[in-house]
Amino acid sequence: MTLGYLIRKEFKQFFRNPFLPKLVIAFPVMIMLVIPWIVNMDIKNIRLTVVDKDGSSTSGKLIRTLGASEYFILEDVTGSYPEALRQLEKGRTDAVVEIPGYFEQDLVSEGRTQVQISLNAVNQIKGALGSNYLNAVCADFFAENFAPVSVSPVPAPRVSISVQNKFNPYMDYKNFMIPAYMVIVIILLGGFLPALNIVGEKEKGTIEQINITPVRKTSFIFAKLIPYWVMGLIVLSICMLLAWAVYGLSPHGGIWTVYLFSLLFIFALSGFGLIVSNYSDTMQQAMFVMFFFILVFMLMSGLLTPISSMPRWAQVITWLNPPRYFIEMMRGVYLQGCSLADLSHQLLALLGFDIFFGTWAVMSYRKTR
Amino acid sequence: MAEVSVRNVRLSYGKIQALKDVSLEVEEGSLFGIIGPDGAGKTSLFRIMTTLIVPDSGSAQVCGYDTVKDMMEIRRLVGYMPGHFSLYQDLTVEENLSLFASVFNTTVQENYSLVEDIYRQIEPFRKRRAGKLSGGMKQKLALCCAMIHRPRVLFLDEPTTGVDPVSRKEFWQMLSRLRAQGMTIIVSTPYMDEASLCDTVSLMKDGRFFKTDSPGAITEKFGKHLFEIKAGVSTVKALDGLAAIDGVQACYPFGDRLHIVSSSLSLAELSERAASAGYDISTLAECTPTVEDCFMDFDNNDYE
Repeated sequence: MTLGYLIRKEFKQFFRNPFLPKLVIAFPVMIMLVIPWIVNMDIKNIRLTVVDKDGSSTSGKLIRTLGASEYFILEDVTGSYPEALRQLEKGRTDAVVEIPGYFEQDLVSEGRTQVQISLNAVNQIKGALGSNYLNAVCADFFAENFAPVSVSPVPAPRVSISVQNKFNPYMDYKNFMIPAYMVIVIILLGGFLPALNIVGEKEKGTIEQINITPVRKTSFIFAKLIPYWVMGLIVLSICMLLAWAVYGLSPHGGIWTVYLFSLLFIFALSGFGLIVSNYSDTMQQAMFVMFFFILVFMLMSGLLTPISSMPRWAQVITWLNPPRYFIEMMRGVYLQGCSLADLSHQLLALLGFDIFFGTWAVMSYRKTR
Repeated sequence: MAEVSVRNVRLSYGKIQALKDVSLEVEEGSLFGIIGPDGAGKTSLFRIMTTLIVPDSGSAQVCGYDTVKDMMEIRRLVGYMPGHFSLYQDLTVEENLSLFASVFNTTVQENYSLVEDIYRQIEPFRKRRAGKLSGGMKQKLALCCAMIHRPRVLFLDEPTTGVDPVSRKEFWQMLSRLRAQGMTIIVSTPYMDEASLCDTVSLMKDGRFFKTDSPGAITEKFGKHLFEIKAGVSTVKALDGLAAIDGVQACYPFGDRLHIVSSSLSLAELSERAASAGYDISTLAECTPTVEDCFMDFDNNDYE
């Protein structure tokens, strides 16, 4: 009865806050609708300068092919390599392709020739992907135009590697990241709001009036946790609805798996937030401590960079990171169609975190100095 | 057995000693006042008695329970109104009251008779959020919330600080009515004039009690002559001048007057000396000491 009353009190306070209820709706909508279009690892619009020393019809054809590719913007075609390098230095172009003299002639007579590619590799990803794209475009070009006519004395065995992308067939970065954005939304709301709650009562002094009452620690802490549970699930539902309506993504592995994991995850996270709140004296302190942990949580969770490419010691640390398991579940369910049975390991891990953080949150809340 | 007893309690915050060996006994059904300036240690003592802080040494009993061992029992039996407003500002008057009733496992209806007198005054605003109430109304609401569970002992930490004189007077009337119902009330205040309204007062300074008695007994034991004189324009100058008169122990402002303490001088002797020092003595008269005079006197001399 007391617990019920305290929970009602938390909800009343939450809805009377002029700002928070709006934030809880606006934040997931904004993250789900805007961010997937902005944060994109596909490199497009690489600016290209071609040095055409040949000036033949074949080199012209190659230039047109490069220009037609969606990855490149043909910035300039010049006859001088130093001139093109200057453009690269000045940052007016990202890549230089040099077509040598006798390009057409060599191709026709010997069946082989060389094209030199110079890239600005300051942006490493852009550099590496750019050179791959250029290679691919050139290779396609030669294969299409000259493979039939090229006569080599000894026909080299042809090995073709065909790559088939499982689970995310078009390698769309959005599909990969959308489950992760849902996790980010839940981490931010489910972590920060509880962290600021108890310390807020401390700052306002209201905690003193509650401390003097015979309310049990467990009731007090659970009255704080349960509203964030409800809020987290609402936020998650908004995210899932948007992912389905806007991006056509649905949790193949089962919607209830997502909800079950979310219950566990939000509980662990809110418990952690309350622990920070219990140990903090001011909102400012709670805010910074929480910010620190959430940043580490996110960077070490496999959310942005794969855990498998972290050094071994860092991989071990990620075992202690609750979001890691939640993200594995989200991507598993959304992209691979994992079912609950495939995720028992993650489920147990989160359950462990729940017990640990829940107990700690109750213990660390002291009614007496 | 006293309802509240504190024995040799000491408490320090780091290097600062907030309470230096404090003891007190409060009889059941009495109104006990702890009078002292800011920083005397009143709030720390309250927080020990209400189980919010554990003292460094010494012990405290409330209703026969130890404040450390039987914390939960005490919390059911006492009501505490902290010095700063600590109700939920974003809940309404009504909601605050029923929240505190329910955390004590009771209902507003059950104990309505107890708070009725006070609650009636804020009832017109029951739908208003607590944060939007005026100072006096906030105090009344806080008092209602502190006693909605019919506590045996009520602790009020500076309930009238920052409250206008009319509300202060009303507040003390409410306290006398509560005492009449048999509740034990411990109240702290920096206002000396409120001391005379208590059954027993303890004068407190720098973490120590230096006098505990009924207000009447305290003023009776003043044991010195007290004079008052209407201060002219240059109060500060007059203060120094009068204090310098031979035989005068202290001189301090008291409202729009100056109070002069002397153990040896009679009114006639003081008049003569003041007149020869060039002061207008037409308003000089002997007066009866108040608790404040006693406090100032102790303040000027050493503690007991």
